[in-house]
Amino acid sequence: MQPMDSSFLIVTLFSPLFGSCSSGLLGKMLGDRFAKSVSILGMILSLAASWYIMGHIVYSGPQDKLVPIATWISSSTFNISWDLRLDTLSVSMATIVTSISFLVHIYSIGYMSREEMPTYRFFSYLSLFTFSMLLLVTSCNLVGLYCGWEAVGLSSYLLIGYWYTKPAAVAAAIKAFVVNRIADLFFLIGISLLFILSGSVYFSDIFQRAPELLRTHYDFIGYDFKACEMISFLLFVGAMGKSAQLFFHVWLPDAMEGPTPVSALIHAATMVTAGVFLMARMSPILEIAYYTRALILIIGSITAFFAASVALTQTDIKKSIAYSTCSQLGYMFVAIGCGAYQIALFHLTTHAFFKALLFLGAGSVIHALHNEQDMFKMGGLAKKLPFTCVVMWIGSLALAGIFPFAGYWSKDAIMKSAWMYNSNCSYFAWVITSLTAFLTALYSWRLLFLVFHAPSKNQALTSKAKESPSVMINPMGVLALGSVCSGFILSSYYIGSKHTHFWGSSIFTGTNNHILSLIHRTPLFIAQTPSILAILGILVAYICYVRFPILPTKLANSFSGPYRFLINAWYFDRLYQIIFIKPYHILSKILWNIGEKEIIEGAPLIIADFTQRSAKTISRTQNGSFALYALTLVIGLVIILTTFLIYH
Amino acid sequence: MNILETIGVAPFMIVSSILFTIGLVGIFATKKNLITILMSIELMLLAANLNLIAFSSAYSNITGQIMVMFSLTIAAAESAIGLAIITVYHRNRHSIEVRKTTMMKG
Repeated sequence: MQPMDSSFLIVTLFSPLFGSCSSGLLGKMLGDRFAKSVSILGMILSLAASWYIMGHIVYSGPQDKLVPIATWISSSTFNISWDLRLDTLSVSMATIVTSISFLVHIYSIGYMSREEMPTYRFFSYLSLFTFSMLLLVTSCNLVGLYCGWEAVGLSSYLLIGYWYTKPAAVAAAIKAFVVNRIADLFFLIGISLLFILSGSVYFSDIFQRAPELLRTHYDFIGYDFKACEMISFLLFVGAMGKSAQLFFHVWLPDAMEGPTPVSALIHAATMVTAGVFLMARMSPILEIAYYTRALILIIGSITAFFAASVALTQTDIKKSIAYSTCSQLGYMFVAIGCGAYQIALFHLTTHAFFKALLFLGAGSVIHALHNEQDMFKMGGLAKKLPFTCVVMWIGSLALAGIFPFAGYWSKDAIMKSAWMYNSNCSYFAWVITSLTAFLTALYSWRLLFLVFHAPSKNQALTSKAKESPSVMINPMGVLALGSVCSGFILSSYYIGSKHTHFWGSSIFTGTNNHILSLIHRTPLFIAQTPSILAILGILVAYICYVRFPILPTKLANSFSGPYRFLINAWYFDRLYQIIFIKPYHILSKILWNIGEKEIIEGAPLIIADFTQRSAKTISRTQNGSFALYALTLVIGLVIILTTFLIYH
Repeated sequence: MNILETIGVAPFMIVSSILFTIGLVGIFATKKNLITILMSIELMLLAANLNLIAFSSAYSNITGQIMVMFSLTIAAAESAIGLAIITVYHRNRHSIEVRKTTMMKG
């Protein structure tokens, strides 16, 4: 059975690449139909293979082995080969990626059907993204992971800017790329530092030497840091960029300019969770980096609160869900900060289901309303789009963490672990995330009520809405099923009684880290708080948007300061405009006027001017009289002959 | 009695270099007539032939004199071609003044 698994992993990885290449290169010749079928064929192969391996792991126990593919870099001390790491962590991530990606591929057939441009490019990019993400999760060393990391960044860029005639989409794509690049710089430095200190970029080598890193100190601008703290901090900054944590979150709401299936796949379910995956992958180092974990706790919880508060005031349906994603990613980092990597991955998995579902539902609404995204122009769509309404309800229930939906199991586990972790930071995180649980329910039901249940504000727009075709509905149905069931099915494997058997050696837990058993001893009141707060949030949303719809406007008017603070997303964009973009503009202008115009363009101009003037002088000798030419010739001959005779 | 044995090869060379210089100066000092240039070229060629004959005699080697026979023949042909060119030139431009041949001006 063993070699079978390896080849199945190779199939999982490469069939999306095959689909991407053939639909991208041949799509123009053979048409959209071919492109769609070949990329979906690739996804089916990949999906089947990954589910097979997953089933095998669940059935016959965890594995930990390398699947060699090729040698990549081979120099004296720096050797990298391209091997795939087959363990529970990589396979579970690969399964999520292929599953969501497959459903999104199917959904896209319906969603992109009104496009005027040929869509083979879209399907090629989607499959390319899937390949990159699989490359990221299956890599056995940090350099390979970094390659996948950059490749998902690239495909995200391509897909955000898919509608390249829209200036906003192009700007958003560049913004996402640049913000990620800044964070990636830290990630790259982290990898280099890790290589310098441990001599290898392979996970297996690094993890063996993790105890040494605890003892090693690294001197940085005169301060002495523990190597493991330094490295995990740098890697965390990289993860912050990809996972849109506070300070690096600015690209995620703008990324909603891309097509909605892209938002569901990349900016909700898979790519943005790569940071969480990286943290879980580096668990042996994070386990010993206490201070960095405290920082992760704080950043994660503040991000969760910040994004939820901003989501309250957004008018764009997709942006509201995007901030919600940002907030949920904060939850995952809180779990990482508590050392509960398994819980983080559990929330990652359930979140992938319900957030992809919410996005696809939003896409279905947008599709029905012909690209209208403003929630305040919608309303009364429950009768027009009954199925979409039901799945959005399921997604929101899962997001808010209502029993027995998926979010209840994962989100409550995170908050329990924050309480039981028993440090100042974690109590802070618990308070903040509890507050966020209230806000989460509030903004989710605000969305639901505004879109589906409030009276319609624009009859002309909403009366013509029709339920989406079955090619879009069926993937949503599957995801809705996942949002209902994945919580209680997976909880025993991911964090419950079977977790040691399930994860095997793929996630490292320190000897004094008992968080997974501690969460079962959470006091009842603490354990119930998030659910109570969520129900409270739903009630508040009901009062504000159904019973007294005038209330939110009044609140916004009487608290205009805080309202503007929230609707401008805490003025982060404005702040970055002042701190980074303005000085950069001024610097660029100076460099353009002096560096470019004066020096780089000026120097060749001076040379050209000199050449021209000297040429004018010399050309006077060319007067056309061959007598003079003959004289010159004779003089030259005499000089040469004389020289030859004298020095011969 | 060979005259060369009494006066040596030097006077021949002096005469030939004078002839050569006259020819050379004739080429670039001519302002008026193209035919003068043709004649100057002939003069330079003859100066070279004189040198050949003188040395051929001095070294009792007939090769030089045979060479001169060939070059004289070629010179005759060459001046015929030159004159033909000048005739055609005159037909086109109605003048063979050297001063007016400035088509090569850069």
